[in-house]
Amino acid sequence: MKNIYRYFMPLLLASASISSYAAEFNEVQAGRSTLTFAYRQMNVPMEGRFNKFSAHIAFDPAKANSAQAKLEVDLASIDTGFSESNDEIAGKLWFNTKAFPVAQFVSTGVKTLGNNRYEALGKLTIKGKSLDVAAPFTFRQEGPVAAFDGSFNLKRLDYAIGEGMWADLGTVANEIQVVFHIVAGAAPAKK
Amino acid sequence: MTPITRYTATAIALHWLTALLILVAFPLGVYMHELKLSPLKLQLVSYHKWIGVTIFLLTLARLAWRVKHVPPPLPDTIPLWQQRAAQGLHYLLYVLLLCIPISGWLMSSAKGVPVVYLGLVQLPDLVGKDKALGDRLQEIHEALDFGLLALVGMHVAAAIKHHFIDKDTTLLRMLPFGKGVQP
Repeated sequence: MKNIYRYFMPLLLASASISSYAAEFNEVQAGRSTLTFAYRQMNVPMEGRFNKFSAHIAFDPAKANSAQAKLEVDLASIDTGFSESNDEIAGKLWFNTKAFPVAQFVSTGVKTLGNNRYEALGKLTIKGKSLDVAAPFTFRQEGPVAAFDGSFNLKRLDYAIGEGMWADLGTVANEIQVVFHIVAGAAPAKK
Repeated sequence: MTPITRYTATAIALHWLTALLILVAFPLGVYMHELKLSPLKLQLVSYHKWIGVTIFLLTLARLAWRVKHVPPPLPDTIPLWQQRAAQGLHYLLYVLLLCIPISGWLMSSAKGVPVVYLGLVQLPDLVGKDKALGDRLQEIHEALDFGLLALVGMHVAAAIKHHFIDKDTTLLRMLPFGKGVQP
């Protein structure tokens, strides 16, 4: 069965992309989407991820400039790989998830950069602070499904992430790279 | 009295530098392990790793020295079996001074925190991220540490015994200053 898919799916997808799927991608597949981050701690490269987030997007490559995106991240779902760190980061000095459980990104616009590259502009709100961010991403379509891959850097102290003793940037660096991989399906085009 | 043949200045420097670093790394390891997560803990863990890598490199240098030099002989008042035991102990110490840093390096890789020597040079990960393996390696690292503690205890006790009770030249061979000739 698998082999049938392997050989026929690309054909199906190819024909589909030509005909009816130049459509709006708006059905996010949470199980296939990931939100990770990278940072440096004592100049050691570290990585982590958020296990729970919801994304709503509406992206039609033919009308990219009117695309919309909204992401909500359950900050308590952070996974740094260490339970001690996860507990610390949920605490008051970092995300203070009791008071601010959710981080939110709401797009204000999308720029077309060419060659399947775009840039999402929007407001990122963490811990009650909203700042403008610009996140370049690539758009890769495979028939009725598309992947949006991109990243942007934020400075954690801009959002007061890591206060008090953690504000020392010599230990945990200010720069945090946020990497997103969002998979979304298209509703079949209405003809 | 014939002059004492001492270790070379290089061997003496490497020996005492290693001793000093172990004296720092061991209590540092025990202390940082008990600390609650804080910037201080992250710093101390890094320093501990840097010291471990340094000890590993110094041990390689000492083994290179051993290949090219014959250590000055022990006083012939020491029974042969004791001389052999001392030599065996020295080799075991070398083995641990290599294995302990490697076990720490493996543990760092398994726990997903690569070693960046002096904050400058990132060592390659020896194994992939694996929490269970990381915990196991931590146990091994700790067991080896206490093995080292026991061996160093014997090493130091023997040196003191020879110096103060037997009043022979065993320790003088390794002291950085004092009478004696260096080859």
